[in-house]
Amino acid sequence: MKRLVYIIPLIVLLGVVGASIVQMKSGKPANELPSVLINTPIPEFTLAPIKGRDQGFSTADLKGQVTLVNLFGSWCFACLTEHPFLMRVKEQNLVPIFGLDWREKDPDAGPEWLAKWGDPYTRIGDDPKSKGAISLGVTGAPESFIIDKKGIIRYKQIGPITPEVWDETLWPIIQKLKQEQG
Amino acid sequence: MKKLFLAFMVMFVALSLNGQASAIEPDEILADPALEMRAREVSKQLRCVVCQNQSIDDSNAELARDMRLLVRDRMLAGDSNQNVLDYMVDRYGDYVLLEPPLKASTMLLWYGPFILIVLGLIGVVFYYRKQPKGAQPGSEASAELSSEERAKLKSVLSDNNTDSGNNQ
Repeated sequence: MKRLVYIIPLIVLLGVVGASIVQMKSGKPANELPSVLINTPIPEFTLAPIKGRDQGFSTADLKGQVTLVNLFGSWCFACLTEHPFLMRVKEQNLVPIFGLDWREKDPDAGPEWLAKWGDPYTRIGDDPKSKGAISLGVTGAPESFIIDKKGIIRYKQIGPITPEVWDETLWPIIQKLKQEQG
Repeated sequence: MKKLFLAFMVMFVALSLNGQASAIEPDEILADPALEMRAREVSKQLRCVVCQNQSIDDSNAELARDMRLLVRDRMLAGDSNQNVLDYMVDRYGDYVLLEPPLKASTMLLWYGPFILIVLGLIGVVFYYRKQPKGAQPGSEASAELSSEERAKLKSVLSDNNTDSGNNQ
């Protein structure tokens, strides 16, 4: 009985190591925060158009259809990795994508980036002071939100949208939401 | 020597009172000093979500700066301190508060350390109560083994030998 007491620290240690391994194997970064906004209406904000455009982006634009809200910036390397995929989503007309051009230091940078790589967005709002980003509880770019027909946030994707993420997670959710009554 | 020590202490206290340099930049400061004070107070309670262990008041991160500006914007628009904190919690969750609120889900976080101290104290009390009086090492009573203890020791030692034999 007494000897059992001495192996308790070892058991605790193994428990901690085991939990860490499970966490690592799950592939989710430990510092990823679950969004408190899931299943709540998207917080209202209105953003001005980016330079050279006349349409900005307001959350009121989203109602009535399933949409993907995507936060990007010309400075954001990971955004460029998902960009070709967003172009494909647009070409195949899968879901309208609304963009937040986040924290551009130079107002020309966003439009130039889009001219170079293509523009997959239905509407884009300029978000130099993070008003939209903070409204959405964003911590880094890229982040994407699936919004249902009622304007409720149903899913948050942190990091780039890869074909795997799209096929396994985002597209099934979007298809399901499209079936729902608006 | 004593004077030097005293001087160090005064310096240390002065630094710790005033030491946390804020990351706030001159162009962010509000014209109304009372409002600015409130903004500073709220900023100190909000976590910089990209640095994780700094308040937005301390952090040089761009997002922290934008959050500081938003805190001030909302205050200018008439929000109370609590309104601003609620606004951030609605979007980032309790995580954005440097001091987690006391709720059912955070009970263990708040009371866990005290529970551990109490458990530890109970353990210590039990440990010392079990030791017979006068059995402290070095006292006369423990210096020599009785024949009964000798027999016990012998059996324990032989027990250990067979144990290690089994383990191999």
